[in-house]
Amino acid sequence: MYPNPSTVEALEDAALLAEVQGRSLWADARTRFFRNKAAVVSLVVLALIALFALFGQFLTQYERDTVDFALMGANAHKGAPSFETGHYFGTDNSGRDLFARVVQGTGISLMVGIVGAMVAVIVGTLYGAVAGYFGGRIDNIMMRIVDVLMSIPFMFVLILMLVIFGRSIFMLFLGIGLISWLDMARIARGQTLTIKNKEFVEVAHATGVHPMKIILRHIVPNLLGIVIVYATLLVPSMIIFESFISFLGLGVQEPNTSLGALISEGAGSMQYGTLWQLIFPLIFFVLTIFSFFFVGDGLRDALDPKDR
Amino acid sequence: MSAILSVKDLSVTFDVRPQGAWPWTPPLKLHAVSEMSFDLEAGQCLGVVGESGSGKSTLARAIVGTVPTSGGQVNFEGGDLASMGPAERRVHRRDVQMIFQDPLAALNPRMTVGEIIAEPLVTHEPGVSREERKKRVRELMERVGLLPNLINRYPHEFSGGQCQRIGIARALILKPKLLICDEPVSALDVSVQAQVVNLLMELQRDMGLSMIFIAHDLSVVKHISDQIIVMYLGRQMEMATAETLTTVPEHPYTQALISSVPIPDPVLEKARVRPVLEGELPSPLAPPSGCVFRTRCPKAQNSCAGDRPAMQALGNGHFVACPYHQAEEVLAAS
Repeated sequence: MYPNPSTVEALEDAALLAEVQGRSLWADARTRFFRNKAAVVSLVVLALIALFALFGQFLTQYERDTVDFALMGANAHKGAPSFETGHYFGTDNSGRDLFARVVQGTGISLMVGIVGAMVAVIVGTLYGAVAGYFGGRIDNIMMRIVDVLMSIPFMFVLILMLVIFGRSIFMLFLGIGLISWLDMARIARGQTLTIKNKEFVEVAHATGVHPMKIILRHIVPNLLGIVIVYATLLVPSMIIFESFISFLGLGVQEPNTSLGALISEGAGSMQYGTLWQLIFPLIFFVLTIFSFFFVGDGLRDALDPKDR
Repeated sequence: MSAILSVKDLSVTFDVRPQGAWPWTPPLKLHAVSEMSFDLEAGQCLGVVGESGSGKSTLARAIVGTVPTSGGQVNFEGGDLASMGPAERRVHRRDVQMIFQDPLAALNPRMTVGEIIAEPLVTHEPGVSREERKKRVRELMERVGLLPNLINRYPHEFSGGQCQRIGIARALILKPKLLICDEPVSALDVSVQAQVVNLLMELQRDMGLSMIFIAHDLSVVKHISDQIIVMYLGRQMEMATAETLTTVPEHPYTQALISSVPIPDPVLEKARVRPVLEGELPSPLAPPSGCVFRTRCPKAQNSCAGDRPAMQALGNGHFVACPYHQAEEVLAAS
């Protein structure tokens, strides 16, 4: 059974004329990433945690700030996790539903991490790329500013800020945003220095492409691999940072809460036999951090196959 | 015929900081190109040859404007490119395009071939619609011998020769007047070299391009050029028509250069005498006084260390920077 010669010809023509979709380096990296099982599992876990933070509130009949006076003081025997009472994760010392509070804490912790990483990616990458690309005096001035900012003890400044301007989530975001981009700026600048000497950048310059366009079109996309990896590893460190601030009692204000604040509270009442107050926030905390680390690892392997 | 490009006394020096120097110590001057002067007629091809480190690429970059000049003029269609500000200069960049040595490194790995070729168009003619742009890219891809259906592919999916064709297409999409080729074929293997050189010659003829063709391989340059300049340590040694330069070179350096090209005939190759150059290229940080070639020149005399030899006209467009020049028939590879 042979195909009709004219059909064969038509097929060949079609094969020649049809536009072939190329496989970009991003597509290659995606395939490599999805072959990494630990990273994919972590990504799924992260997605579930994000869903939990977004929609977990609908699973419980309690609000995070409703105090159940019947349970106050009788926490150790009445406030334990149970499906019958509807307090899936038990209650805290004030008789508030821990499930609802963990939902909110996870949400705030994720937000802090993601906002910190976003500021780092946007501000840090652009700042570093501009400094590296223009070089010379501009580079010197811009990077010395970074050095000066880095030499300020940030924990101290942040604590002062929270004390003076009052504790609010906005202040926390501001404080974290202020420091998170510094390291990123250095990394981006270092990478830019190697990329700007590549010939394709020179071609763009010779063609007359505007310097800012060169940075956005040629330098930043080639930086992005390293920036993304660093950003995913930055998210957990931001979460840990926020937890530390909250653990000190300076972070999020009641009745709002974050994982750090919940862990702090749980650790405080550990000896009274209410271990669930520590365990549940801790599980979410550890799962989130680990997942981010594994995803970051997978991304690094996928985007930088040379380094494996 | 008028000159489309006229370079006068062009010099490029780089500041080099000695290692471990204080910030206030004056930097050393590296003379990459000094006092080059030549004219390029419209529609002609000028070859530039010289060994590695002789300043060929710096010359190209100075004309294109990616390296700042430190003296002299680059007159292109009446205006001096070297003295223009960045904004004014950017307008003129569309008429002077460049092809680079490493074909893959000259293409952004994150962009598709279509985006790469269209970039000059997007930059200088932002009004062109998306369809029109795509149409022009496809036409040009066909013109340089690439299948237009590969428009969405990425550079790493192509061979070296194909990458160089992409580079050529990008350089030609704005229909420039002057094309500067910086060793466009040295990274390619011989059979592909021939294809690319022939493509360039064809395009030059069809589009009326003026070209500056840089290479260290004299036989390639001879094939494509009308005029050839020989450079040594940033200076012009000899300039002549391709025919004259390869058959009756006057400068001792040119003679040595030509006799180093192997002849693909073992009998001839064995029979010929060749002056072999001793030593290395001197440091451009401290070039020899007088004639820079005197340290390796077989005909060097005491007076060579004095003044720098000027370019002497020998008639018929033949210039040589050596007072002791002597025509010598050399057996060149055809």
